[in-house]
Amino acid sequence: MNNAALAVNPYLPQVATVLKTVQETPNIKTFQLRLDDEEAMAGFSFEPGQVGQLSVFGVGESTFVINSPPTRKEYLQFSVMRSGEVTTRLHGLVAGDKIGVRAPLGNAFPYEAMRGKDIVFVGGGIGMAPLRTLLLYMLDNRKDYGDIVLLYGARTPNDMAFKGDLPEWLGRKDISTTLTVDVESLGWEHKVGLIPNVLKEIHPNPENSVAITCGPPIMIKFTLQALQELGFQDEQIITTLERRMKCGIGICGRCNIGTSYICVDGPVYTNAQLKSLPNEM
Amino acid sequence: MTGAKFLSKEKLLDWLAELGQTRRVFMPVEEGGKIVFRPCTNGDTPALVRDASASPKGVVFPSSAELFRYTKTKARGGKSSMELKPGTEFEPALIFGTRPCGARGFTIFDRVYTGGKFNDPYYRAARENTLIVTLACEGPENTCFCNWVGSGPDDPTGSDVLATPVEGGFVLESVSERGEALLESPLLQPAEARTAEADSVKSRARAELPPARDISAAPQSIRALFDNQKFWDEVSSKCLSCGACTYLCPTCYCFTITDEDHGDSGKRLRSWDNCMSYQFSLEASGHNPRPTKAHRLRNRVGHKFSYYPQLHEGLLACCGCGRCIRSCPVSMDIREIVLDAIDRVQAKNCEVVHE
Repeated sequence: MNNAALAVNPYLPQVATVLKTVQETPNIKTFQLRLDDEEAMAGFSFEPGQVGQLSVFGVGESTFVINSPPTRKEYLQFSVMRSGEVTTRLHGLVAGDKIGVRAPLGNAFPYEAMRGKDIVFVGGGIGMAPLRTLLLYMLDNRKDYGDIVLLYGARTPNDMAFKGDLPEWLGRKDISTTLTVDVESLGWEHKVGLIPNVLKEIHPNPENSVAITCGPPIMIKFTLQALQELGFQDEQIITTLERRMKCGIGICGRCNIGTSYICVDGPVYTNAQLKSLPNEM
Repeated sequence: MTGAKFLSKEKLLDWLAELGQTRRVFMPVEEGGKIVFRPCTNGDTPALVRDASASPKGVVFPSSAELFRYTKTKARGGKSSMELKPGTEFEPALIFGTRPCGARGFTIFDRVYTGGKFNDPYYRAARENTLIVTLACEGPENTCFCNWVGSGPDDPTGSDVLATPVEGGFVLESVSERGEALLESPLLQPAEARTAEADSVKSRARAELPPARDISAAPQSIRALFDNQKFWDEVSSKCLSCGACTYLCPTCYCFTITDEDHGDSGKRLRSWDNCMSYQFSLEASGHNPRPTKAHRLRNRVGHKFSYYPQLHEGLLACCGCGRCIRSCPVSMDIREIVLDAIDRVQAKNCEVVHE
């Protein structure tokens, strides 16, 4: 944690201004924002995978991953799927609006331990957001990592977020990107098929590899099975969890799975860690 | 018991009034048949015949309190700004007349609110500015089980002063440095002659408690039963999910955060929450990781007797006060649930051995 404000009062958001919004899909909107306190913005540091609580004052807070990488500091980016009260109000915000930020919270991807390894990203829908921060971090430190495979899927081409990033990811020679949608769609030039099946077709080699997967629960379930079939061990599989959160600092008592509080001990877990916790998903 | 002081019954109100000159004094007062902690005012007499129905936690951790206020302004030209004002100030307080279990409860809070990765400035300010004068128990109620959790009727844990009732008054012993200062009042007399009497009150009270049941296997047993849905369905079958237990519990520290909007200004509040409610863990998607009362009771009992002790050197997040048992409208008894869990796991282990 490298934000002095959190150490003084972890409940008090820092006021930030929305610089730009991007309507990614009919229900996902991306926000780029900067903390109003320039000094705090300059001193703000985080690690890929850490989350933040966004506040709409008068409505409430929700937790989202910071999906811009720590290597790009002109703004902090969050992508929000419209789902409940806070996210619906967030979707109404436009450039210039004020927002509250409590960040960085939670743990990070083990990006140091992943150096020198081949990386397999498997993202589904809004689950691409936490992968994006790590992917961009790795692209900004490309020589530190081995082969990078990216498989990103959504139900339909319309539901595919981060369209601004896709041409680069598809065009780069130093990552192997596959996009897939669940059903045949007019004008879609990429794969059609469920993520776990396409993953098996791609058939990444588990040796000296780490797989990072995030997406809807049902997709994670079958992706974990596919990875195991491919020979990935529990220690080589990393995912991120979500729970209803309030405080974000391990106190309010609702996001725990047994002894592990997702807001401070997570949201990033290896499959081996998850198996040691009670089964309360 | 060197430096102990004697406070006569007649001087009690004077002493409380004296303490009240520099801080707000909270004490147990009878209200509508219940005993609750509230600021002491002229003419109040403390209700000390039995432990309070409510726990003293609300003094330090109010049932609802402001985290901050916000004010939005929209300047000409459309540029808006947002000002936030935190409310961490806490007017000094003193709790008189909690029992040892209620004082011990704060030490369970401390490890979470000020002993973890993050510091809770609201709790810290309140705790640092609240003195606790605890009344030792003369005898147990049938719901008391403080000795099961490593406490007792004269446990000084979490207190600044321990007051033991003796004939005609109280013997006061300081437990902390802050407590020592409280004993300097001219209203108090040296207590040397009365300390033996206080000691016998304490040992009598300890002897009156039924022997403690050994629940050291609780953390492992409850963990082992996690996937035993039948067990949790059974033990939760009569629970109403009303949450009376959580609000009265001296160690229940969970909360929610809500906003109260008044147009261009408003406040963010922190309020006690009830883990037995369906909404507690309900997600925006409609998914709920604890969808039934069996799941929620498993987490509540698990938190107190398994997860918390696993994280805090075996310390149970229960002070044995018995409020949850006394006040449950359907007579749930957390002691039975914990013992049942231990017995089932033991029985199962025996079966395995016999096989």
